[in-house]
Amino acid sequence: MCLGIPGRIVEVRASADRPDLRTGIVDFEGLRRPVCLVYTPEAQIGDYVIVHVGFAISRVDEAEAARTLAVIRAIPDALARELGTTLERT
Amino acid sequence: MKYLDEYRDPVLARRLLEELRKLATKPWTIMEVCGGQTHTIVRQGIDELLPAGIRMIHGPGCPVCVTPLAMVDKAVAIAARPEVTFTSYGDMLRVPGSTGDLVGVKARGGDVRVVYSPLDAVRIAEAHPDRQVVFFAVGFETTAPANAMAVLHAAARGLANFTVLVSHVLVPPAITAILDAPDNEVRGFLAAGHVCAVMGYTQYEPIAARYRVPIVVTGFEPLDLIEGILMTVRQLEEGRAEVENQYARAVHRAGNTAAQDAIREVFTVTARSWRGVGEIPASGLALAPRYAAYDAEHRFAVESLNTTEHPACIAGDILRGTRLPTDCAAYGTACTPRTPLGAPMVSAEGTCAAFHGAGRQRSTVGSR
Ligand code: SF4
Repeated sequence: MCLGIPGRIVEVRASADRPDLRTGIVDFEGLRRPVCLVYTPEAQIGDYVIVHVGFAISRVDEAEAARTLAVIRAIPDALARELGTTLERT
Repeated sequence: MKYLDEYRDPVLARRLLEELRKLATKPWTIMEVCGGQTHTIVRQGIDELLPAGIRMIHGPGCPVCVTPLAMVDKAVAIAARPEVTFTSYGDMLRVPGSTGDLVGVKARGGDVRVVYSPLDAVRIAEAHPDRQVVFFAVGFETTAPANAMAVLHAAARGLANFTVLVSHVLVPPAITAILDAPDNEVRGFLAAGHVCAVMGYTQYEPIAARYRVPIVVTGFEPLDLIEGILMTVRQLEEGRAEVENQYARAVHRAGNTAAQDAIREVFTVTARSWRGVGEIPASGLALAPRYAAYDAEHRFAVESLNTTEHPACIAGDILRGTRLPTDCAAYGTACTPRTPLGAPMVSAEGTCAAFHGAGRQRSTVGSR
């Protein structure tokens, strides 16, 4: 759970039950997950963020996102463990 | 051993290694603290590409591995209660406790569920007001902001059936503990890039100054690691002991202040015992008294249990960097990722699992 996974923000919205809790949908190379954006208030649609256990922690550029993802792919099952196997493919 | 040609930029990797070879006049021992970095170093064989004398020690950088046995036992005891729905990151499920793991509880009919975010656990609590939902809040500074927000969210929603079993650990006090050990050989550290993305790196500056050790904030891509090692060796050779940032692409000196504020609101710094290492003062986070209502240890009043590690496991030495997994008699035979005897074999970030995944063979007789 310690590895941060980079992904691209494709949607930003207020959380349905907590309007102050900024959330969004992040695309991890085709796998999409809801992500809490409360710690990256400046991040917009199209930006890349590093996501730890469902929370975006830092913004990075696209090249950095690609490099980090390549490393994580080399760790057995890392993506499945960090993002879950029951991903909605969209 | 891997070949440099497999690197994203083999030319640059070769150039950095060449520079390192020219620079290193003395033997130096360097520790990387992050389990993700350990994985890259072992998998890419970076430790085997370094000039003779430059030795990498793999530090206690896997949160699954350092979660104390007593805490795993408490998790198992709470999860076994009939009114409890126990939620956890998947990595923790197969960590062996004294008498079993969370998978075993599930097999015996316990309600144990894997979640990917602590907010998922809060959602389960909201959907099932008749259940006591407990979340196993473990990890380093990288998961603390998420776990803090889960508590804040539950408090904002007034949830009475959500608690957290907190076993958070902090990196800088672990570095200090390693440096304080009388037999310490580590002369420089690679600090974990993603931990610093959250916390910044001002906390490392007094450590570097006081102990005269270079600390280089480093990413976990192969080239990052070679560059981080080069920067550390350059400081050592020049007699400098500073905090430098190799991973400026993602890390700023101040870190993520909004995340730090949430951590400070929900948690307070406490002594923590690290599996295999022992208690380190001020090395962990516990719930602040004002959030005591969300503390699972409180609600379920689990007593300290008698804990026993598997006798063959030398995880303590491995986490301190004094022995390698390949020195363990059980490595790759009785202990494999499918049948882990100790925590460092469970998580892919654990040193034993990283060695096993890279196909490293057990030391031949007489090598030690
Ligand atoms: S190989 Fe297994 S038994 Fe040996 S130290 Fe690692 S986790 Fe413990």
